[in-house]
Amino acid sequence: MSMRIVIAKPGLDGHDRGAKVIARALRDAGHEVIYTGLRRKPSEIVRVVMDEDAVAVGLSTLSGAHNVLIPKVCEELISNGMGDVIVFAGGIIPESDRDYLYSLGVRAIFGPGTKTSSIIDFLEIISERKNSQLDVGVGEKIGWRWS
Amino acid sequence: MEMVLSHDNNIALAKQGNRRELAKLLTIIESGERLPIKESNESWVLGVTGPPGVGKSTLIGVMIDEWVRRGEKVAVLAIDPSSPKSGGALLGDRMRMSSADNGESVFIRSLATRNHPGGLMPFLDSMINLLSYCGWTKIIIETVGSGQSEIRIVAFANRIMLVDGPDRGDIIQAEKAGIIELADIIVINKSDLPNSDAAAISIKKSLEYSNKGNDTIVMLTSSINNTGVSELIEELDNLHVDKDRSILRTKERLLSAWDYRLLSNPSLNDILLNLESGAINLDEALNHL
Ligand SMILES: Nc1nc2c(ncn2[C@@H]2O[C@H](COP(=O)(O)OP(=O)(O)O)[C@@H](O)[C@H]2O)c(=O)[nH]1
Ligand SMILES: [Mg+2]
Repeated sequence: MSMRIVIAKPGLDGHDRGAKVIARALRDAGHEVIYTGLRRKPSEIVRVVMDEDAVAVGLSTLSGAHNVLIPKVCEELISNGMGDVIVFAGGIIPESDRDYLYSLGVRAIFGPGTKTSSIIDFLEIISERKNSQLDVGVGEKIGWRWS
Repeated sequence: MEMVLSHDNNIALAKQGNRRELAKLLTIIESGERLPIKESNESWVLGVTGPPGVGKSTLIGVMIDEWVRRGEKVAVLAIDPSSPKSGGALLGDRMRMSSADNGESVFIRSLATRNHPGGLMPFLDSMINLLSYCGWTKIIIETVGSGQSEIRIVAFANRIMLVDGPDRGDIIQAEKAGIIELADIIVINKSDLPNSDAAAISIKKSLEYSNKGNDTIVMLTSSINNTGVSELIEELDNLHVDKDRSILRTKERLLSAWDYRLLSNPSLNDILLNLESGAINLDEALNHL
């Protein structure tokens, strides 16, 4: 159940402590984590996911640009034939913005203060869903999401 | 139902420049499957090794830019250790090569060592063959040079560059690991920091002691100031592959393959038990294996 996961920081904010904490926690749970570093463009993130043949991508954003950047990543994944990739998000994303992101295929949003164990549980479940061929990718049928 | 598929079609697509197919084929190779691609002696493969933190990834990042300007297609396999406890890995090399995440002339793949028996990565040659077949003209393998298994990883390359920092401690690590003898070129990176000249002199001295012919090239670079990099590329492009070092590397590869076979032999455990109890002796054990 070990997966290859990209942890990416879109947007202009220069803080990646949160993203690094998550990356380490996922490693300690047995996953292979590819960390992109700060300030990556959506197109670059999609490129990394493609080259690394990652199963999932976690987008961490604090900058308030989530309503532009996260949709862009989702769109570009789908238009590049990577609708099976699982997208989740973390950082500061107001409650009122979340339904829109879910409607684009984002399967989980983890707010500040989330325990890393929740993210690990989420990954466990998406891996099971994938194995049972249930919809979970960004381009697959919307409906199920982590809550 | 699982169907047996040949990957011919995927290989053809990857060769036409489809990076997603290439990425998927690398996953297949990593899972242990062999692809029907014949070995090529033409591949240009540089192993880059050295202690952690000396700037290998950053330097590779600026080397990529330089090569791309010269019309090359550069592929990087960036290898980091898996955690022996969890089996997971944090792969952060490509974060230092971020200017390379655009354009069609660069392909970077991060790999974890995955705790294979003996620390070996027996599929690396298949990956290199695939990349070379798909038209990547410069293939770089980055690995942390701190032990025997890392030497065996870079031995898959046909030229080796050792990167060191200005700290004497870094250099001692590399000396201990025996990588200096395998290196065609030694780079002291972070030449913007004090002591890098002294480090270069100290490396040259230690080469004088160890080598007879001593044609190892020693250079200074700064990957953050981009100094010495185009000179380094010149040297690498014109590097004449030394026969003795080539034989040393071939020997490491042979030992890798040998160890891998030994360590993955299904009866290894039984033989170990018999050997331990004295039921058989070492020669008999070897004959069984
Ligand atoms: N001063 C200085 N720092 C550098 C240079 N190259 C890399 N670094 C820094 O050294 C650190 C480690 O770099 P990295 O490329 O990850 O090293 P690696 O572990 O050898 O791959 C980073 O903080 C880099 O910014 C350089 O030429 N000069
Ligand atoms: Mg590195």
